[in-house]
Amino acid sequence: MTGEPKVVLETRGLTKSFGGLVAVNSANYRFVERQAHAIIGPNGAGKSTFVNLLTGHFPPTGGEILFKGQQITGFPAHKVSRLGVGRSYQKTNVFPVFSCFENCRLAAQAQLPSSMRFLRPAGRYKEVNEQADRALALCGLGSRRDRVAGTMSYGEQRQLEIGMVLATNPEVLVLDEPLAGMGKEESEKMVGLLKDLARHFTLILIEHDMDAVFSIAEVLTVMVNGTVLESGPVEIIRASKAVQDAYLGDGAEAY
Amino acid sequence: MSRLPRSLAVVLTLSVVLLALYPVFGQVVFPNKHAFLMQKLTGIMIMAVMAMSLDLLVGVAGLVSLGHAAFFGLGGYMLAMLSPEYAAANLWLVLPATLIAVAFAAAIVGYLSIRTSGIYFIMVTLAFGQMGFYFFNDSKFAGGSDGAYIMVKPAVEILGVSVLNLGDKRTLYYVGFGTLVGVYLLLRVLLASPFGRVVSAIGVNENRVRGLGFDPVVYKLVAFTIGGTIAGLAGFLAAIQYGFVNPATLSWHHSGEALVMVILGGMGTLFGPAIGAFVFELARMGFEAMTDHWLLPMGAMIIAIVLVLPKGIGGFLLQVFSARSKVEDGQ
Amino acid sequence: MDIWFFLIQVMNGVQYGLLLFLVASGLTLIFGIMGIINLAHGSFYMLGAYLTFWLLQTVDSLFLAILLALPISAAVGYLIEALLVRVLYRRDHLDQVLLTYGLILIFNEAQRMLWGGDVHGIKVPGGLDWSIRLTETLSYPVYRIALSAVCAALAGGMYLVIQRTRFGMWIRAGASNRDMVAALGINVKLLFGAVFAVGAVLAALSGAIAAPINSIGPGMGDSILIICFVVVVIGGVGSIKGAFLGALLIGLADTFGKVLAPDFASFSVYGVMAVVLLVKPRGLFA
Repeated sequence: MTGEPKVVLETRGLTKSFGGLVAVNSANYRFVERQAHAIIGPNGAGKSTFVNLLTGHFPPTGGEILFKGQQITGFPAHKVSRLGVGRSYQKTNVFPVFSCFENCRLAAQAQLPSSMRFLRPAGRYKEVNEQADRALALCGLGSRRDRVAGTMSYGEQRQLEIGMVLATNPEVLVLDEPLAGMGKEESEKMVGLLKDLARHFTLILIEHDMDAVFSIAEVLTVMVNGTVLESGPVEIIRASKAVQDAYLGDGAEAY
Repeated sequence: MSRLPRSLAVVLTLSVVLLALYPVFGQVVFPNKHAFLMQKLTGIMIMAVMAMSLDLLVGVAGLVSLGHAAFFGLGGYMLAMLSPEYAAANLWLVLPATLIAVAFAAAIVGYLSIRTSGIYFIMVTLAFGQMGFYFFNDSKFAGGSDGAYIMVKPAVEILGVSVLNLGDKRTLYYVGFGTLVGVYLLLRVLLASPFGRVVSAIGVNENRVRGLGFDPVVYKLVAFTIGGTIAGLAGFLAAIQYGFVNPATLSWHHSGEALVMVILGGMGTLFGPAIGAFVFELARMGFEAMTDHWLLPMGAMIIAIVLVLPKGIGGFLLQVFSARSKVEDGQ
Repeated sequence: MDIWFFLIQVMNGVQYGLLLFLVASGLTLIFGIMGIINLAHGSFYMLGAYLTFWLLQTVDSLFLAILLALPISAAVGYLIEALLVRVLYRRDHLDQVLLTYGLILIFNEAQRMLWGGDVHGIKVPGGLDWSIRLTETLSYPVYRIALSAVCAALAGGMYLVIQRTRFGMWIRAGASNRDMVAALGINVKLLFGAVFAVGAVLAALSGAIAAPINSIGPGMGDSILIICFVVVVIGGVGSIKGAFLGALLIGLADTFGKVLAPDFASFSVYGVMAVVLLVKPRGLFA
C-alpha cells in the first residue's frame, strides 16, 4: 500500500455522560482501513459505552463521529449499520429460535433497499441467501446451517453472532468482547477466525484477553476512566511504562 | 415461521374441511340445534379472525395490545354509519371505506403507542381502546350507549346482479369461513415475506434487529396497522351478522377476551389463536348450557390451561406433533 | 364557578385520589417487586366491600365489620399467591395476565353466587352521618372527610414503614431491582407472600371504607382495576410516589371531568393518561 493510510472511522472529542458520570471523555480515535485496532482497559473504563456510541446505540453528549469523512453523529443504530459499521454484542445476541441460516439470512436481508415487501417469501431472494451462506461459511458454521441457534454450544453461538455481522456486509467490524465467557478451545478457534477477518475488514476489537489482543491487533488503545491513556502500535504500547503500571501490570494476568 | 409438522398440517386441514362441511351435515347431526350452531360457528370464525390479527401483534411482533377491540368495534360502527337507514349499502363501497378508515385509525393509535414498550404499551393501547369505547358510549353519535342497528344488510352485486345474499345464514357462514381461511393464508404469506421475517425477529429481540440495520419502529407500526385493519374486517363482518353494533364491542373486556384467546391458543402460532377462539367460545357455550354460574368453570379452565400448558394449545400441539414427526422420520 | 363549589370538587377529587392510591399502591408494589401483573387486584377491592356488607348483617358496627373483613382478605390473598401465582414467577408476564384473568372470572362468579346481582348500599355509620354547612346551599359530608383522613393516615403510615423499617427496606430494594432481593439473602417467598397479602388488604380496605359513599355491585372490581392501572402507569410502574401523585391527578381529572364535560367524563381520565405517556413514555417517576 502506498500513500496516506485511509481513515474509515473517526471520532473527535466524543463524549458521553450519564447524569454526572462521564463514561467517555473527549475520545479521539482514528480507525484505519483494514487495520485491526484493539481497545483495552479495565472494567468501567468506558469501552462498551464507546462501542455503543460508535454504532449509534447511544446518542453522544458531545463530539462527533465521521464515517469515511461523512458526519454520522447522532445517527440511529440501524442507519449506522446500513452504512457499513457492523457490531457484535458482549452478551450473546442471536435469535435463538431461528436456524443459523435464518439468523444470517435476516442480517443479509438488511442489505435489501427495503424490507417492506409483503408477498414473495423471504427465502426466495437469491442474493440474500448467497450472502447469508457466505457469512456462515466465513464464520465457520457452514456445517451448522439448519441448526436452531439456541440449541448450539455457547462458542458456536458467539461464532454465529459474528456471522450475522458479516452477513450485513460491513466495512468496519466492531466486536465487543467476542471471547467473553469462552473456554480455551473455543477461544483459540475464535482467535483464528478473528485473525482471518482482520485481513479483510477494518476491525475494532474490545477485549480483555491480552494474549488474543496481542496476536490479532496491530494498533492498541488503552482506555482508563473514559479517557485514552495511550494509543499506538501494539509493540510500543506493550512496552510503555505508563500502560504497564496503569493496566497491564500484575493485574493483567487476571484477565 | 417455520413449516408446520406434516401430521399437524393434516389434522388442521381435516378440521377445516369439517368446518367447511358443517352446513351440509349439521342438520343431520344436530337436528334441533343446527341453525343455532351455524350462527354460533359463524360468530366464532369471525372471532378467530380477530384473534389471529391480534396474534400478529402479540405473538409475532411482541406488541401486547389491550385495545385491539377498538378496531373491531370501529369496523362495525363504520358499517352502521355508512349504511342508509332503510336500504342496502353497496358492499364494494362500504367495505373498502371501512378498511381504510380503520387502517387510518390504527396507524394513528400505533404511531402514538409504539413509543412506549412493555406494560406501558399494554396500558396505552388500553387507554386508546377505552377512549374509543367512551367516544361511542357517551356521545349521542351513532346511538350512544344503546348502539346502532344495521337494518338492511349490504348488497353484494356485480353489474347489478346480486351474487351473495348476506341475509342468508348459510351464505354468511361461508363468508366467515372464507375470511378465516383467507386471513390465515394471508398472514402466513405475510410472515414468510421479508417484512414478516423482520417483524418476527422484532418479537424475539428488538434491539438486535436495530443493530442489523432495520428500524423497528416502522415495522412495528405497519404490523400494528395491518393487525388493526384485519380486526376491523372482523368487526365489519360481525356487524353484518348481528345487524347491530354497540360500544361494548370496543371495550377492554372484548380486547381482553381476544387476548385470552391468543394466549390460550398459543402465541405466535397463528393457528393456535384461531383454535383458542373456538375453545374459548365453545367452552363458554358449553358451560352456559350446564350452569348459570358458567364463569366459574370458565375461569378454572383458563387457570388450568395456563398452569399445565405454558405455550398454550398451539404450542402443545406443535410439541406433540413435532415429536411424532421425528419418530416418523426415524430420528 | 363558585369558589365553594370549586373547593368541594377539589376535596372530592383529592378524596377519590387518596382512595385510588390505596388500591394502586398494592398494584404497583406487586408489579414492581414481584413482577406480576395482577388483574385480580380489583377483585380484592370488591371482596372487601362485599365482606363488609355481609358482616354488617351480623355485627352492627362498620368499624368492627371492616376489622373482621381484613384478615379474611389477607388470607385469601396469601393463599392465591402461595397456591397459584407462585408457580408463574419465572413465566412470561402474559401467563400471569391469563391466570389472573381467570381469577377475575372466578371472583365475579363467586360474588354472584354468594351475594347475587343486586346493587347494595351501606349506611354511613352513626356519628359520621352529618354534613358541614359551607354556604346557604352547599354542604360537605363528614364521612368523606373522615375517609380522606383515613386514607391520608394510611399513606403516611405506608411512607414510614417503607422508609424506616427493615420490611420497607426490602420493598425499596425489590422495587428498584428485583434480583437484589434474592442477593440480599431475603426470604423471597415470605416477602412475596407478604407483599401480595398486604396489597390485598389495602385493596379490600379501600373497597370497605368506600362502600358507604359508593354502591356495592357486580363489576365494581373491574372498573377500579382499570382506573388503578391508569394510575400506576402514569406514576411509573413500581413507584409508590408516582402512584400517589398519579392517583391525585386522576382523582382530580375524573372529578372535574364529570363537572366540566359530563358527556366525556371517562374520556378525560384516559386522555390524561395518553398525554402523560406520550410525553414521558415510562410514566412520571419510573
